[in-house]
Amino acid sequence: MSTVQIVEHDRERPPAIRAVPVRRPGRWIATGLAVAVVAVIVYSVVTNPAFQWDVVGRYFTAEAVLNGLVNTLWLTAVALVGGFLLGTLLAVMRLSGSPVLAMISRLYVWFFRSTPLMVQLLFWYNISLLYPRLFGFDTRNLISGLMAAVIGLVLYEAAQAAEIVRAGILSVDPGQREAANALGLSRTRVIWRIVLPQAMRAIVPPMGNQTIGLLKGTAIVSTIAVHDLLFAVQLIYNQNYQIVPLLLVATLWYMILTTLLGIPQYYLERHYAKGTDGEMPPTPAQRLRRRFAGGAR
Amino acid sequence: MTAGVSVRDVHKSFGPVPVLNGVDLDVTPGSVTCLIGPSGSGKSTLLRCVNHLEKIDAGEILVDGELVGYRQVGDRLYELSAKAIARQRASIGMVFQNFNLFPHMTVLENIVEAPVHALRMSRVQAVAAARARLAQVGLAERESAYPRQLSGGQQQRVAIARALAMRPKVMLFDEPTSALDPELVGEVLVVMRDLARDGMTMIVVTHEMGFAREVADQVAFMYDGAIIEAGPPAEVLNHPRHPRTAEFMMKVL
Ligand SMILES: Nc1ncnc2c1ncn2[C@@H]1O[C@H](COP(=O)(O)OP(=O)(O)O)[C@@H](O)[C@H]1O
Ligand SMILES: [Mg+2]
Repeated sequence: MSTVQIVEHDRERPPAIRAVPVRRPGRWIATGLAVAVVAVIVYSVVTNPAFQWDVVGRYFTAEAVLNGLVNTLWLTAVALVGGFLLGTLLAVMRLSGSPVLAMISRLYVWFFRSTPLMVQLLFWYNISLLYPRLFGFDTRNLISGLMAAVIGLVLYEAAQAAEIVRAGILSVDPGQREAANALGLSRTRVIWRIVLPQAMRAIVPPMGNQTIGLLKGTAIVSTIAVHDLLFAVQLIYNQNYQIVPLLLVATLWYMILTTLLGIPQYYLERHYAKGTDGEMPPTPAQRLRRRFAGGAR
Repeated sequence: MTAGVSVRDVHKSFGPVPVLNGVDLDVTPGSVTCLIGPSGSGKSTLLRCVNHLEKIDAGEILVDGELVGYRQVGDRLYELSAKAIARQRASIGMVFQNFNLFPHMTVLENIVEAPVHALRMSRVQAVAAARARLAQVGLAERESAYPRQLSGGQQQRVAIARALAMRPKVMLFDEPTSALDPELVGEVLVVMRDLARDGMTMIVVTHEMGFAREVADQVAFMYDGAIIEAGPPAEVLNHPRHPRTAEFMMKVL
């Protein structure tokens, strides 16, 4: 027979563990090697006169370059917004009860994902060969290079976004839809207010990736004579033959823009994380404000 | 306000698998029916059929004398539009095992959503009603919390308040306490007991035999897609007639 014991916890806490850390010589050697390689590359980039950093500096904010930059930016924005809206519609069609709508959505995605963007752009650029007149207008006037770029990018982006949104919708617990239906909410309300906001948590990160790809991908429109960032620097180096420094101008701008894109993504992810696992990390602005308030106290 | 439910010879299969094989059940207005039975016997499916989350293959279900999911003209059945079905569902409250609160909305937003957007109640009115329902389930101070910040018992009480805010004629509960830690079961049962006392018509799928014995007017035992025994709790729970019921009671007690 066992007897019940009441355990008293009045012992003193043992001292915290203090041990000598394990040595990792391999890691030290690898670190040293990597630093050396990086140093050599940086040294050559800075000292190789062929990079012509002074020319880079001169053209970095040239008017033609900035105009190209603006075009790249708004092309990206239009393709992102238009592609996301159309892609969401396609995803909803795919998941709707209608087999015909679902099939149309599948065909769309299949078609636009199975051909290179470059080919699609050239196609839109030359659409007047197929349809010389549209809605009573001369197609060549209607579809400029810029128009072809917008149409091509939006349609292509929509196919990518459709898959991302569909995966996002499927990641939402089916119980959510069920509860919303049981409450008598309409189908559109269930999708837009209950399912999609929760799907956004799974949509924003890959959509951010997709947008970075899109921003860089817009460079392809320079092949149909649209004045984007790449086209602008190409025009300049075709005249002055400073190829490398002007490509560096474009490179630096693309790097800056893709880096900046991380900021809205961060805030979107925070926004859609509402209501999930406890507290969210403070935004940089909140952190500043908190520090300020703390100092004042 | 409250209404009865009658289920007549309902059949339902998922593909080739029959799940409901001629279910009959009568729930009188203002009464509480506890539905018990082994896992997989079709209890959840039956509840889901009552508000047309699943379509039945044969038979009929009436809530408040009104056919669920269909409209009868002569001896022809017409499927109801999505809108009409949504209207029917709005008057049938449902509470799930996993609460299914909307995690991206606060407690108050969860409760106000359907009255405003399904019943077209004004926001002010809906918020006032929501606060009253929250008080009823003992959670008046938690209206701006998000569901994840609440315990399971609190979440389930919010889910009950959310269903009640629609002023339902009937409440369906599908194992409302099965996902809860044992010490949280009581707080949810108290709310349900109060609801029963206030005269709500309830169908409750549950394994809480104590609750069934105390609160139910009728206990129905489901086995293999049919209700094989139904009657007052003292009869069904203590002196089961059907050997399957007896066997089940042996296991759960
Ligand atoms: N959506 C579904 N598709 C296919 N089979 C299902 C579906 N829902 C339930 N079933 C099956 O129907 C049977 C009854 O399920 P259910 O009603 O959940 O039983 P209970 O709630 O009594 O445990 C089970 O065998 C289950 O696998
Ligand atoms: Mg079940």
